[in-house]
Amino acid sequence: MAETETAIQSKVNAVFSSFKGTENELLPLLQRVQEELGYLPQEAMLEVARFIHVPESRVYSAVSFYSQFRLKPAGRRHITVCRGTACHVRGAEKIQETLERELGIKEGETTADLEFSLEAVACVGCCALAPCIVINGEKVLGRLTPQKVQRAVQKVKKEEGRQDAQKDHPCEPGDVL
Amino acid sequence: MPKKTILVSQGTCCKAAGSERVYAALQEELARYGLETEVELKQPGCHGFSQIDPVVVIEPEGLLFASVREEDVPAIVQSLLPGRRPPVHLFYVDPQSGQVIPYRDEIPFFKGQQRLILRHCGSIDPERIDDYLQAGGYQALTRAVQELAPLEVIEEIERSGLRGLGGGGFATGNKWRLCYQSPATMKYVVCNGDEGDPGSFQDRSLLEGDPHAVLEGLLLAGYAVGACQGYIYVRAEYPLAIKRLRTALEQARQHGFVGLRILGSNFSFGVEIFQGAGAFVCGEETALLQSLSGRRGMPYMRPPYPVVAGLNGQPTLINNVKTLAAVPWIIKHGAGKFAAWGTQGSKGTAVFSLSGKVKNCGLVEVPMGVSLREVIFDLGGGIAAGKAFKAVQTGGPSGGCLPAELLETTVDFDTLRTAGSIMGSGGMVVMDESTCMVDTARFFLSFCLKELCGQCVPCRLGTRQMFEILNRITAGKGRYADLELLFELGEMVSRGSLCGLGRTVPNPVLTTLRYFRDEYEAHILEKKCPARVCRELVTYSIDGQKCTGCSRCLVVCPVGAISGTKKKAHVIDRAKCLSCGSCLATCSGRHDAVICT
Repeated sequence: MAETETAIQSKVNAVFSSFKGTENELLPLLQRVQEELGYLPQEAMLEVARFIHVPESRVYSAVSFYSQFRLKPAGRRHITVCRGTACHVRGAEKIQETLERELGIKEGETTADLEFSLEAVACVGCCALAPCIVINGEKVLGRLTPQKVQRAVQKVKKEEGRQDAQKDHPCEPGDVL
Repeated sequence: MPKKTILVSQGTCCKAAGSERVYAALQEELARYGLETEVELKQPGCHGFSQIDPVVVIEPEGLLFASVREEDVPAIVQSLLPGRRPPVHLFYVDPQSGQVIPYRDEIPFFKGQQRLILRHCGSIDPERIDDYLQAGGYQALTRAVQELAPLEVIEEIERSGLRGLGGGGFATGNKWRLCYQSPATMKYVVCNGDEGDPGSFQDRSLLEGDPHAVLEGLLLAGYAVGACQGYIYVRAEYPLAIKRLRTALEQARQHGFVGLRILGSNFSFGVEIFQGAGAFVCGEETALLQSLSGRRGMPYMRPPYPVVAGLNGQPTLINNVKTLAAVPWIIKHGAGKFAAWGTQGSKGTAVFSLSGKVKNCGLVEVPMGVSLREVIFDLGGGIAAGKAFKAVQTGGPSGGCLPAELLETTVDFDTLRTAGSIMGSGGMVVMDESTCMVDTARFFLSFCLKELCGQCVPCRLGTRQMFEILNRITAGKGRYADLELLFELGEMVSRGSLCGLGRTVPNPVLTTLRYFRDEYEAHILEKKCPARVCRELVTYSIDGQKCTGCSRCLVVCPVGAISGTKKKAHVIDRAKCLSCGSCLATCSGRHDAVICT
């Protein structure tokens, strides 16, 4: 899904229009660029550095420090596994293993067809629903078991793209993965 | 006929449990019976009792329906019609006594709390400033800017004894005074909402459920110390909190609470919301300031403290979300009322995120000085699934794990520190007999290892070494001398590290060594994991006598390590087995044929 250099440039420049171009805007800038492009390609980081007049290394040092920033595109369904304490004591490790096995990727990777990507994060703050995962940063699925996860992934893989809106149980992950 | 209100909480956790669908169904049903005008439907923030989400509450009676699904909605709405009775099967059932409790305020989880910081969570709509104003919101700010001098506000906070609820426990009034006294033309106030502790969600709930209270606290702090710009730093993982804060900020601007010459006074104050980018260490105040100015979140040496030289080199006051939310309450009700709660050294209340192996997960607010037992057993309802309590970890990943013998320990800043743990930001993760303490210590280290900033040697290398040793022990390759080595490394890291995170990283290791040494010894000497968690130290097998050949385990095994024909005893191929425990989970309670040794 690599975009051409000019396409990236024009998108990035559109983002710049709502910023002043000062040094301390670096993080919000990178966040908005990533929102636009889905990740931070090298060209985009170079543009940002030029825009706020800092060395390119400053931009890269921030990008590589914060876990929110991605150097590679995420999958269409970006799955975040919560590895917080509450999830850990309720079996988050097994949830992650199941996802890795079912999707055939490791944590931090994206499937070859760009359909799924998997990421482990510290805590999403839904400790009462542990163990939980988050889909595309919005949809939280809680009280999971490896079996539920396995079934859900297999189901999604089978009926790729189809959304089943009439699922009754609130925590059944089948329809939203 | 008095107007009724139906409350459907909409926090992140409530939404995850399906509260949005319940809300939509309620809207539809109310319209069907033509009750829209008589019954007001509200979406407050989280009520705290996440275990029974989604929750529907009917006011003014205070009737509570627990774990409501869409299909339960018609029965709830019909009960509002004259002469109808509420659906009894939706009432909360106390798991301990088996008693049905229809009223919210009589449920032990709510009854045992003293809600001061979470005063509005679960009752007002966080997206409507009118709700907050009706509940007495912004009265404290109005009074302060019109009647009180900045120093009087600071004195009031000092008298209240409020201490930083983000974990540090530094006296808030004192911090304000120091910032007030720092000479500068430009000062900043920062609200620290970078709640990264795994197992903590009280800041999120508060920002989602009562954003105006945090905002009002920030404004009061700005007025007191003489700042004119405020930042609210929220972690990126909390999109709903950011959204509600933005809404709240916009409304406050329109009402003249934020901006130039607030409420006709000489006080002008601007607020910006800053989204974090995913770094645990940014909860540390100097790292947070680095992050705010667009740099890597690396803590730096203090002094100078931020109250003297912080953001852009100017005096900067940094307070946690909960601390700021307590401020308007104190100014409105008086320091004396606040100080009436709590202990000698820790005044007021504390908010805990109760999670882990406890029956009632959720947010609780209790006066400082109650015991761990009261929080875990009276409010939390004890341990889930009839297991035995083993440990409770307070204060996030760098807090200590305290054993059953210390359940009478009271929760306040000083007592917890003496016991080897910390108050931290208020996480409280309960562990039962099926939790391995060595594995737990290893887990916390692995978390901290990923989140350390990496600039100072004791923390970076010491933590790595401790982690390697724990890996060795959980793999059954530990040596007895490792225990001494772990202790030595832990002491070194906690004394030699630069920032607050580094200094507390060894806490889980040091406390588990102190209170659960027998578990370490079992791993090292007997090569056994008493809780049967460490995979290298357990083997799974099937009891041929008990196995009925139902094939359930065969189906769930992710790697096909189980074989056998239907109605005949199955066997596990140990060479293939991952020790994931899926078969055990399926069989236990049915035939109990899978054995883990």
